[in-house]
Amino acid sequence: MKKSKQFWPFVIAAVLVYVVVQVLISNGMMNQFYSNTLILIAINIILAVSLHLVIGITGQFSIGHAGFLAVGAYLSAIVTMKLHLPFIVAILVGGIVAALAGLIVGIPSLRLKGDYLAIATLGFAEIIRIVFLNIDYVGGAAGMQVTHLTTWTYAFFCLVVTIIVIVNFTNSRHGIAAISVRENEIASDAMGINTTYYKVVAFALGSFFAGVAGALYAHNFYIIQPSQFGFLKSFDILIFVVLGGLGSLSGAVLSAILLTVVSTYLQGYPETRMIIYSLVLILVMLYRPKGLMGTMEITDYFKLWRTPKGGGQHGK
Amino acid sequence: MEWIQQLINGISLGSIYALIALGYTMVYGIIKLINFAHGDVFMVGSFIGFYSITVFGLGFFPALILSMAACALFGVIIERIAYKRLRNATRIAALITAIGVSLFIEYGVIYIRGAQPEAYPDVFSNRSFEFLGAHISIQSILILSVSVVLMILLQFIVHKTKTGKAMRAVSHDTEAAKLMGINVDNTISATFAIGSALAGAAGVIFGVYYTKIDPLMGVIPGVKAFVAAVLGGIGIIPGAMVGGLVLGVVETFVSALGFSLWRDAAAFVILILILIFRPSGIFGKNTREKV
Repeated sequence: MKKSKQFWPFVIAAVLVYVVVQVLISNGMMNQFYSNTLILIAINIILAVSLHLVIGITGQFSIGHAGFLAVGAYLSAIVTMKLHLPFIVAILVGGIVAALAGLIVGIPSLRLKGDYLAIATLGFAEIIRIVFLNIDYVGGAAGMQVTHLTTWTYAFFCLVVTIIVIVNFTNSRHGIAAISVRENEIASDAMGINTTYYKVVAFALGSFFAGVAGALYAHNFYIIQPSQFGFLKSFDILIFVVLGGLGSLSGAVLSAILLTVVSTYLQGYPETRMIIYSLVLILVMLYRPKGLMGTMEITDYFKLWRTPKGGGQHGK
Repeated sequence: MEWIQQLINGISLGSIYALIALGYTMVYGIIKLINFAHGDVFMVGSFIGFYSITVFGLGFFPALILSMAACALFGVIIERIAYKRLRNATRIAALITAIGVSLFIEYGVIYIRGAQPEAYPDVFSNRSFEFLGAHISIQSILILSVSVVLMILLQFIVHKTKTGKAMRAVSHDTEAAKLMGINVDNTISATFAIGSALAGAAGVIFGVYYTKIDPLMGVIPGVKAFVAAVLGGIGIIPGAMVGGLVLGVVETFVSALGFSLWRDAAAFVILILILIFRPSGIFGKNTREKV
């Protein structure tokens, strides 16, 4: 009951946002710069939300998300540029292959915990990057030409699908199991939860959406190069999630919007941008290690005014 | 005798990795933190060495010692400002702070002096002599001997001095060490100081050997040194040395076999294999997690 009450306002809001922006773009009232920023925001939100599923919900500290972004970007570019198939197929192929890559990476490395998992995922992402660097079919270090196909419609549609799938996953029985893995892996194992299964599922799902974001990312620029998918890109995505609050989906969304806008305006001063980024990261971790929103969601703030009925739905 | 030549190159590279890895392994052993900023301390050390040779006109050894001292201080400052508050925070918070500190140092240096690379001055004459048909430069010998001396010194500090004893105690059990009257904060600072001094020395040696330094040079050697530390068993000092040497030799041979573009991948493949099959490393003992 409660969920369906929440569902329709979100759908209406989403449709409204989409229609307003689309009308503005097609009327020519919004110039290239702003529409591009909006597309970039949508891509970054998809990335942030997909990593939020892995780190925030399942508690698996993966810091190699750019690797899956790279898989999605390159595979989708091959589909459109070499095989001349439609863009929608490219998005799906990018997502599916990234999910497969997520399975291949996840099954062995999710046996590791904490720091070791972080380093292993970082290493895997770097291996993926080096593999693309050495394949001449995709242009090696020089990169690959890609046509500009990402439009506001594609970006927004993918964004909405991502959020709906991840919110539903989080609220489902699987999501609750994943959260129990985050809270205490040994205890949830003892309660009969197949922790490996949930970790791998969350990892593959996160990789799938990273691949979708990769497809959009590749077709939003005119060229993709392996150097775009290094450590820094992974850390960028990680920063969205951490700043928003580990375990808060709306936090990830908000910080992705905020940081994309800030970094778009600081584009001309790359050093200043990185210094601000790192300072924000250090200060948030020192003074608010839970992130800006903690594990709260935006909707929780509205609930405060209502009479509380039983426990909250999203985390404590 | 091509392979002897490659082996010597590999050992030189490996000894640089080993020096950085020692800092990682000591810090991890004592506060269980992957100090991502360690690679950047290495970079700062390299630049301090560079400026003390070119601007102040110091020789190699004074520059080395100055760089080590400055890096020791720098490491302690980083620890006091960024990591001390996070002693009891989650590991994820500490790791992310370390990433933040690392980015801050890199881009702080770029902000101050620009991103352009710098050519290290030639401090030794480029003489070499023949050994079993291989050309060994004076530089490699000197670099190798400096590394070996520093490692022996480290072993002496850790095993024969009071500070070393305190370090081992804190790393074994922080709470018990505190109860026995050991000043944990000072011991951790000393660990950071020693580890950072070694990274600074590695930075100067790296500059002399590879002749090109830039503000982002710490990233890849830093991660590889971490791989070396994991390879040998993290927290174990001889493990870091052996891991560094093995990694350096493997990398050099991968390049020598004509796969130079795959060189960086080799380190990560080793990392992942060791993490999957023997997470405790070559020298580590398997310990079961207690509930």
